[in-house]
Amino acid sequence: MTDSLPAPSVGEPVEPGRQETPTGSAGEGLSTISRATYVREAVLRNLFLVCACVAVAGVALIFLFVGWRGYPIFAKVGIGAFLGGGVWHPTQGDFGILTLIVNSLLATVGALVLGAPLAVGTAVFLSEVAGPRVRELVRPAVELLAGIPSVVYGFFGLVLLRPIVAKVFGGLGFGLFTVWVILAVMIVPTIAAISEDALRSVPDGIREASYAMGATKWQTIWRVLLPAAKIGIIDAIILGMGRAIGETMAVVMVAGNAPVIPNGIFAPFLTLTTVIVMDMPYAAGDHRTALFGVAIVLFIISMIFVASIRLVSRLGREVG
Amino acid sequence: MQSRERISKTLTNTLALGVIWLAAIVTVGALGTILLYIIVNGIGQLTPAFIFGWPHGVNMEGGIWPTIQSTLYVTTLAMLITTPVAILAAVYLAEYAVQGRLVSTIRFAADSLASVPSIVMGLFGLAAFVEGIGMGFSVIAAALALSFLMLPIVMRTTEEAIRAVPKYIRWGSYGLGATKWQTVSRIVLPSATPRIVTGVILSAGRAAGETAVVIYTMGTMINAPVLPTQPGRVMPVHLMLLAQEGINLPAAFGTALLLVLMVLGFNLTARYIVRRSNKGMQR
Repeated sequence: MTDSLPAPSVGEPVEPGRQETPTGSAGEGLSTISRATYVREAVLRNLFLVCACVAVAGVALIFLFVGWRGYPIFAKVGIGAFLGGGVWHPTQGDFGILTLIVNSLLATVGALVLGAPLAVGTAVFLSEVAGPRVRELVRPAVELLAGIPSVVYGFFGLVLLRPIVAKVFGGLGFGLFTVWVILAVMIVPTIAAISEDALRSVPDGIREASYAMGATKWQTIWRVLLPAAKIGIIDAIILGMGRAIGETMAVVMVAGNAPVIPNGIFAPFLTLTTVIVMDMPYAAGDHRTALFGVAIVLFIISMIFVASIRLVSRLGREVG
Repeated sequence: MQSRERISKTLTNTLALGVIWLAAIVTVGALGTILLYIIVNGIGQLTPAFIFGWPHGVNMEGGIWPTIQSTLYVTTLAMLITTPVAILAAVYLAEYAVQGRLVSTIRFAADSLASVPSIVMGLFGLAAFVEGIGMGFSVIAAALALSFLMLPIVMRTTEEAIRAVPKYIRWGSYGLGATKWQTVSRIVLPSATPRIVTGVILSAGRAAGETAVVIYTMGTMINAPVLPTQPGRVMPVHLMLLAQEGINLPAAFGTALLLVLMVLGFNLTARYIVRRSNKGMQR
């Protein structure tokens, strides 16, 4: 009888002891898995699980080790004075990083204002405007832009962009403006790639409906597609923000690195990331501990960005 | 009235599409400007004496071979450490895992790891491997720190590659009586290989261009490391130091060009592999 044949349960191996040998020669071997096979499958499954947990362990280890080296500064100065103090003068015992936080935010917001429209525009171009030929040219260019090392961006900013800025606006060319331009270009590939995915995942039927109502291409993009892809684009911008605030090597070369709130957008300034590069070679004692404290702050900021992306996606799912 | 509305509608459309074209042109133009500027200024440097020579003097005249060797060494080592762990982790997420708290924790951790600023990763490497375990500035310490950076990239691309393998291929394998591991190892992973290789190469390109992680784990000493316990100076660190001193700019341009060529080489290889495998699938 056919119903006496157990289903070949390969995905979920039956426990060897409970296996029943099927009646009739036709079913011989179908459900029987030797103990060795079963054990091997279980061992492998757990090995894979362990590998997957390496990511979790990685985050925990970073937090533990950086926290272990940086925690004493919180205990000594106090979290409030460390985060809220405006004076960063570590050699004289002033460990306030508020100026650095503000400067990091200034750099990031400016880069977003310049870079996000550029990136979303490029994404719209790739997904809606460009023909297949042009797209095959532009998309690799955007991907290569993501591949250029940040130190090369910094070098490029230092030797080409900085002198131009100095000539046009006066001064030395170090400062917020130069950083904004460099960071804006650096975050374009991140934002463009994810925004393009979001635009592409809008069903074609919606575009056709819009055109059928007599809307132009631009009206379709502005009133239909961008609102529909809103969640994905917000995710992309938050990710770009994370990239900008954590960027170090490109910023350190064009920021000028003075630990004050910059006096205008062409004056030198220091951020959370660049203070580490500048001070690490000579820092000792509490100063060094404070730099690890800055790293903890950066780590927590980047975790907040990741968490808010999750939150936005979840809200988007609930609303949509 | 109606015709005026239509004119304004078409005009807005044309203008707006023009702005979108402009955005794309600026993006491509930025890449073009950077590449062209580095190539024009660096191409004269690329002589065998520069590539294979050793630097000497206070201004680092001569070649940059030790930095090339250090870069290739640490990247390869990091790749060897990351790849097996990342692939097996992706196999778990794509084939074995059931949606739940554990999986969402793993994904959150991978996303967090991917967005940790590289300077934080550098200080972590310094605290954990260089000083914590006592490896000192060394290739292995840098490779370990870099592998945390590469892990989420390889994990994500591998998981996508595995998910892109059609379900019916798996059913065929199960139908023949294969176990889960047999199906994964002999059917799924081989068909996902091109895209997995692409992910590994892209992450290696990222590691080869990384400065902030490596400077705190491998140091800045000019050295051609042979053993993984030796220190060295990678190309991005060399470029940063040359640029900051600003005395030997020709060498800086040469290093920048070689670095860009190396990283673009990784990227183009990855693209080539994907394209070839796509063609194979269409046939």
